[in-house]
Amino acid sequence: MPIEILMPALSPTMEEGTLSKWLKKEGDTVSSGDLLAEIETDKATMEIEAVEEGTLAKILIAEGSAGVKVNAPIAILLEEDEDASALDGFETGNSGPSFETPPAEAPQDEVKSQSNGNNKTKTSPHPEAGRQSGDSKGEGGETRIKASPLAKRLAADAGYDLSAITGTGPNGRIVKRDVESYDGAKAAPRSADKPAAKADPHAGTDVGAVRSGGANYLEKLGINPGTYDLTPLDGMRKVIAKRLVSSNVDVPDFPLVIDCEIDALLAMRKELNGQAPEGVKISVNDMLIRASALALKHYPEANASYTPDGIAYHHHADVAVAVAIDGGLITPIVRGAENKGLSTISSEMKDLAGRARERKLKPQEYQGGTFSISNLGMFGIKEFGSIINEPHGMIMSVGAGAPRAVVKDGELAVATVMTVTLTCDHRVVDGAIGAQWLQVFKRYIEQPITMML
Amino acid sequence: MANKSFDVVIIGSGPGGYVTAIRAAQLGMKVGIVEKDALGGVCLNWGCIPTKALLRSAEVYHNMQHAKAYGLTAEAGYDLKAIVKRSRDIAKQLSGGVSYLMKKHKIEVISGFAKLEKGTDAPKVIVGKDTITAKHVILATGARARTIPPAGLEPDGKFIWTAKEAMVPDTMPKKLLVIGSGAIGMEFASFFSAFGADTTVVEMVDRILPAEDAEISGMAQKAFEKRGVKFLTNAKVNSVTTGRDVTAKIEVNGKIETHNFDRVILAIGIVGNVEDMGFEDVGVKIDRTHVTVDEFSRTGVKGLYAIGDLTGPPWLAHKASHEGVICIEKIAGKNPHPLDTNRIPGCTYCHPQVASVGFTEAQAKEAGHEIKVGRFPFMGNGKAIALGEPEGLIKTIFDAKTGELLGAHMIGAEVTELIQGYAIAQTLETTEEDLMETVFPHPTLSEMMHESVLDAYNRVMHI
Repeated sequence: MPIEILMPALSPTMEEGTLSKWLKKEGDTVSSGDLLAEIETDKATMEIEAVEEGTLAKILIAEGSAGVKVNAPIAILLEEDEDASALDGFETGNSGPSFETPPAEAPQDEVKSQSNGNNKTKTSPHPEAGRQSGDSKGEGGETRIKASPLAKRLAADAGYDLSAITGTGPNGRIVKRDVESYDGAKAAPRSADKPAAKADPHAGTDVGAVRSGGANYLEKLGINPGTYDLTPLDGMRKVIAKRLVSSNVDVPDFPLVIDCEIDALLAMRKELNGQAPEGVKISVNDMLIRASALALKHYPEANASYTPDGIAYHHHADVAVAVAIDGGLITPIVRGAENKGLSTISSEMKDLAGRARERKLKPQEYQGGTFSISNLGMFGIKEFGSIINEPHGMIMSVGAGAPRAVVKDGELAVATVMTVTLTCDHRVVDGAIGAQWLQVFKRYIEQPITMML
Repeated sequence: MANKSFDVVIIGSGPGGYVTAIRAAQLGMKVGIVEKDALGGVCLNWGCIPTKALLRSAEVYHNMQHAKAYGLTAEAGYDLKAIVKRSRDIAKQLSGGVSYLMKKHKIEVISGFAKLEKGTDAPKVIVGKDTITAKHVILATGARARTIPPAGLEPDGKFIWTAKEAMVPDTMPKKLLVIGSGAIGMEFASFFSAFGADTTVVEMVDRILPAEDAEISGMAQKAFEKRGVKFLTNAKVNSVTTGRDVTAKIEVNGKIETHNFDRVILAIGIVGNVEDMGFEDVGVKIDRTHVTVDEFSRTGVKGLYAIGDLTGPPWLAHKASHEGVICIEKIAGKNPHPLDTNRIPGCTYCHPQVASVGFTEAQAKEAGHEIKVGRFPFMGNGKAIALGEPEGLIKTIFDAKTGELLGAHMIGAEVTELIQGYAIAQTLETTEEDLMETVFPHPTLSEMMHESVLDAYNRVMHI
């Protein structure tokens, strides 16, 4: 029986990916553990490895195909004792003609292909993707989505990802009411279903009605087609949009701003780097990570996440650091940073940032975390606020350190001052907690010797 | 004087009450059910079941009269007493069946008339000298035929019948007036006219079976008229007076006509059984004879619920049962979904039968849907022809944009057995695609359900 190789879910949030490269050709012998292909997901590029042995008989999804849905068949493997004739009459999970399925169509057959899974095999991501315990989407990379045919069609028409919708039907099946009550759907009630009134270019300024968007989204807002280039949303952009919108809607946040004098910190950094072994170079950012982590350890009330069941107080300070990369940003995490010295933090950060730029991070390296830091100081930004990256309770925005006039002992003086803005999720971090955490943080920054203890 | 206590007590043992009792027992509750009359309620004793028995006799009689068409000879004759006896025996048999089910599930049946008094967890239920306490009390007291005494529209022991009297007729009327052309009125019109009663049906609105799709109403009226039933639409009976027979003053399109009949059947709706049980004393809200409840049948009084005909429409046995199950599952801490009343099929067992589920064409348009409509006539179906039932139609209504099955409407032989297919389709939220991909066996009447869907998308095969 030929074995179908399915598009693996490399992370809990992965819905689709780009099959960027095949590492095996049709006809190649495949042993368990062999690398088959490279998959580019929303945030990373990863290799997938074979679980079964055999011959790669047929590649169903060509290299470079984007938007391949999780669990869509991507190739067919013949077992050792089978020859190509076994492929005669063998159909992939979709109902269409077996091998002629063009890549673009495969994703639409996603759900069907999952329903009769006896002759399927799951590819395992390599390296094994870390799966968060709270993930409810099933085990072992399988993300079967139960949805009624009508719900599927409604979601497809509205451009919603089914995996983002919570099902309330039998056994969590997504039904019509779930799609209709889905966040995005609220703005598009049934009236939006009606055929649009005659194309009156001035009639479309009703912002509520344009959201089903696509090509004429901007036109309805008064921007003529042809006056701009449209870049399709890639996986990362979709995730950024989805997560930040939901954070902005769901999280009641407030900012706290404080100035830190960093002359002592800069001096200590110079001294450290002067004595550091070859290859080690501590950055200001590394010191901010360490100071934040120590402040979180010192003040655990601030190291918290809101959940509907209660407030989670984290045991470790897992500090996520925003790294700008081509086409977006990503937040690799220094885990247990409160227990890591500056040189460890520095070398970890260097490695994470480097691989982030190549989009080679593993999901467990950028998913989760308890706190984040975003630093735009290098661009001369004096101060700014950030949007909370759930489930983090706080995010710290770091501005540029620059000489400023300060008053010391009643005298005007010059100090290097860095303004940081702490944005807090008020559901878990109240004003006083955030402020006290900032005091602790500021003490570490202004008396940096204390962070060496 | 005895005191009893239960987890849940249900008042009324119709299809709402007894099904709820069984589900409660399955959920591990200690259940009591109070019934003042026979187990099974109106449905089983004076409604759904005995009328189906009567209509079956009418159907067989009709076939005997038309035996020649099938190459048979038969001498058609009937014995009204025996027909009624058969109907009563069937009701009795099924009521006995409910009694067995109660025993099987260890549900205590309490005979008598229940009254509510204020209690702690839930109102106390007083039956005779007994006081029954329970954590939850579910009212399932049902409904009865509406009467209008000032106009003479109430049973008089001889000429004027409600459904209950019409079910045990002493005589086959020569001239029969049926007031109301809903399901009950049309079933009796069908029954009595089949045995030769000269039947006139009066309907207030402009078409019969007003709850059905207008196209189906029209076809039903034509089919009945073909068999000699007369209809007065846009008409109402102002009064009836009785003497040697019944004189009815009927206002048709504003003009008053006087007609004489020897029997009159009232089928002008129902009223909820809300009286004399102390409902209002414990704080139940009643709106035009029906108890006001939320989507999980809660009355707003602590521990007190109401289901079935006692509450809002549609007033159907299967609605009562389903509502009761939802109510008791909610009580048991499960997570049922409220009943979607638009997915409750309705059936009328007249000849020809009528069945429907979901929106009519007019309702679908009114709800703002752009629609696709499919139709398939019985004439194009091999099985219908072989059965000698070439009259009828299956009509389907889809949302043009999403392919959602908004409604289905049928008239013709055995359609009451077919409608369930579409009800499942709606519940599973299938689209036209799934229905088209479903294989319907040949030769069956059900093939018309497939063809109707195909027709909506211009793919019909056999017309």
